[in-house]
Amino acid sequence: MILLRGGRVVDPASDVDRTLDVRVEGSEISEVGEGLSADGAEVVDCSGAVVAPGFVDLHVHFREPGGEDAETIESGSRAAALGGYVAVCPMPNTDPAQDSASVVEYVWRRGREVGLVDVLPVGAITARRAGLELAPMREMNRSAARVRLFSDDGDPVPTASLLRRALEYGKTFDAVIVEHAEDPSLRDGLMHEGAVSALLGLRGIPAEAEEICVLRDASLARMTGGRLHIAHISTAGGVEAVRRAKAEGVRVTCEVTPHHLALTDDSVRTFDPSFKVAPPLRTDEHVQALKAAVADGTIDAVATDHAPHAMHSKDREFEYAPCGMVGLETALGVVLAELVDAGICSLTRAVELMSNGPARILARGEYGGPIGAGHAANLVVFDPEATWTVDPSALASRSRNTPFAGRKLRGRVVHTMLRGGFTVREGEIAS
Amino acid sequence: MRSVKADPRHLLSIADLGRDDINDVLSTAETFEAIGEREIKKVPTLRGRTVVNLFYEASTRTRVSFEIAAKRLSADVINVSSSASSIEKGESLRDTARTLRALGADAIVLRHPAAGAPAFLARLTDACVINAGDGAHEHPTQALLDLYTVQRHFGRVEGLRVGIVGDIVHSRVARSGALGFKRMGAEVVLIAPPTLLPLGVDVFGCRWSYDLDAEIDGLDVVYVLRMQRERHREPLLPSEREFWDGYALTRERLARVRPGGVVMHAGPMNRGVEIDWEAAESEIALIESQVSAGVAVRMALIYLLLGGQASGEVAS
Repeated sequence: MILLRGGRVVDPASDVDRTLDVRVEGSEISEVGEGLSADGAEVVDCSGAVVAPGFVDLHVHFREPGGEDAETIESGSRAAALGGYVAVCPMPNTDPAQDSASVVEYVWRRGREVGLVDVLPVGAITARRAGLELAPMREMNRSAARVRLFSDDGDPVPTASLLRRALEYGKTFDAVIVEHAEDPSLRDGLMHEGAVSALLGLRGIPAEAEEICVLRDASLARMTGGRLHIAHISTAGGVEAVRRAKAEGVRVTCEVTPHHLALTDDSVRTFDPSFKVAPPLRTDEHVQALKAAVADGTIDAVATDHAPHAMHSKDREFEYAPCGMVGLETALGVVLAELVDAGICSLTRAVELMSNGPARILARGEYGGPIGAGHAANLVVFDPEATWTVDPSALASRSRNTPFAGRKLRGRVVHTMLRGGFTVREGEIAS
Repeated sequence: MRSVKADPRHLLSIADLGRDDINDVLSTAETFEAIGEREIKKVPTLRGRTVVNLFYEASTRTRVSFEIAAKRLSADVINVSSSASSIEKGESLRDTARTLRALGADAIVLRHPAAGAPAFLARLTDACVINAGDGAHEHPTQALLDLYTVQRHFGRVEGLRVGIVGDIVHSRVARSGALGFKRMGAEVVLIAPPTLLPLGVDVFGCRWSYDLDAEIDGLDVVYVLRMQRERHREPLLPSEREFWDGYALTRERLARVRPGGVVMHAGPMNRGVEIDWEAAESEIALIESQVSAGVAVRMALIYLLLGGQASGEVAS
C-alpha cells in the first residue's frame, strides 16, 4: 500500500485541481481525499509536485524489430517511463513491419517483459507498409496486442481508394486510421518550403502538402463514417481542415508534437540535421495556429513522434540525414513551457493532452484517469518547478537526436507508476 | 578579416561577409592579380601551409582555380576527389574531416552536392573551410570573383543593375550572386519562369520578374545561369524550346542590351539552352575575365582566411 501525500492532483477527467492524498492498493487507487492517514501504507511525500494520470503517447518509434542500433523496446521503454508515460504506441515502420498478428504480438510481449510501460503497437494499414493492399487489420485487432490504431506512418496511405477501404473495413472493430498526412507528390523535400528553404537551397515541402492530405482524409472519413486520426499535425491549413471536419461531425481527431509547438524552420539555417523531421518544422505563423488549435480544443493530444536514429545515420550532411527526433524525455518540459508558461492553456488542459486525450483515442479506460477509487493506478508525479538542461548523452534512449540539446527545461518527472508499481522513482528507473 | 559572422575562420556563405570584408578581398585580389602577370607567378606567403581541395562533385574551373591560387601562394595543395579516395569506400564526411585534421590541413576547400555540407564540415574541423559550391545553396567564391570582374570592368558595383536570369531555384551561383551584388549596392532583379523561382524568393530582398524581354534593356549586367537539368526532380518546364523562347540570351536579346552592358555566365555553359553561340562569344561577354579573376580572388581569400592582412604589401 502506497500513500502519495500532499500532491497537487491535476485530473482532467474529473476536473480536479487541488491538493489531495492518493492511496494505492495493489494495482488500483483505493482512496482519494484530504488528510488521509498512513494506515500502514508507505508514505511518498508529493508536496510541491503534481500528481496526474500517467502520460499516453500515441506516436513513438521503438525500432524493434529491425533497427535495434537506434532503439529497442527496452531502451524506448526506459525513456518513456522517465518521461512519465504509462502507455506508448510504437509505429509499424519496423523491419519487418508490424503488419501481422505475429509481429504486433512480438512487440506487445517484449513490452510486457520489459514491464516499464504498456507497449501498445500500432498496426500497419497496408501489407509491408507498401501502400498496395490492406494488412490483416482484424487479425491484429483480435491478437493479444488488441491493436486499435492502424497507420502507415512515415507515409500517408498513397491512394484515396485504399484509404477509403481501410476506413470502411476498420469500422467493424472500431479501428482508428492514423494518417501521416502529407500529399505524396508534394512531399519530395527536405524542409518546410518558404523563405528559409529559398535561402538555403534545400528542396521544400509546402504547408499545402499537409492541408491537401488532411482534406482528402477528412472527406473520406465523412463518406465512410470511419474513424480518422491525423498524426503530428503541423500547419495552419491542417488544423483548420480538422476544425471544420469536426464541426461537421466527422469522426476525426489529431495530435501535435512538442517540437512542432516549440521550433520553427529558422532552426534549419545552420543545416543541423537534429532539426530535420517529417513533417518539417514550420514557420512561426503555423506554430501560432497550432497553439490556437490547442486552446480551442481542435487538437486532442500531444504525441512525441519519438524517432530515434543512430548517430552514424543522423549526424551527417542535412540532405542525407533521416527525419526524426527523440522526444519522450523532453515532452513534459517542452509542453509546460510552450503551452502553460506561454499562457496558451491551463495545466489541466496540458495534462489532458498528454493523458486523458490520447487515452480516449485509444479507447482504453485504464489510462488517462480519473484519479479515483477503483481506477487503475497509472500515475505520474512531476515537479513543475524543477529545472534541468537537456544533455543528449544523458538520455535513456539509445539515440541522442534531440533538437533540444542544451535547452533549459522546467518540469521533471519524479515518479511514474504503472498499475500501482513504480517504474520510475525519484527520477530513476525503479528496479 | 573583419567579419560579421561568428566564426571568421570559414567562408560558408557570402552572407558571412560584410561590405568591408568583401572590399578587403577585392583589393587584396588586385594585388595578387599583378603577381599573375609576372614571369614568376609565385609568392612564398603560405609556404608550409596545406590546402586540401575536397571535391565530391566534378569540377574543372573551380578546382583548378583553387589549386593554382594556393600554389601561387606556395601552399602545399592536395586534391581529394570522391571517385579516387576512401569516400568511394563509403567513408563519411565526418571521418574524412577527422583524417584531414589529423594530417594537418590548414584549409579545406569543399565542393559537395549536398547543401550545407560545408557548415557540417566546419563543425568538425579546426581547419578553415571554404565553400566551393554546396548543392543549390551557395558558391560564395563565385560571387566574389563576379564582383571583382564587375568592379574591374565598370569601376564600381554600387548602383549597377544586375539581372540574374534562368534556373534560379537550383542555382548556388544565383543565391550567392544575389546576396553579394546586393550587399555591394547593386540593384538586383531575378528573372525566371515561376517554376524556376523559389517559393519565398522575397527573402533575397530584391526584385524578381517573369519577363526577360521587359527587363533586358534596363540591365548593366545580364547574368545567365546554367540550366541545371540534373537537379530537376519533376518536369518544371514544358520544353527547353519554351525556355529558349522566353528566357535564353539569344542574339536578338543580346542586341537589346544597353550600350556598355555586359554578359556573364559562371560556366559550364549549355550553348543552345540558356545562351546562344553568338551571345557567348560576343565582345560584351566577360566569361573569360570571370575565370581569370577566379585565381586572384581565391588567392586573396585563402591568404586572408589563413591570417594575412589586407594590404598592398603581400606581393613583395
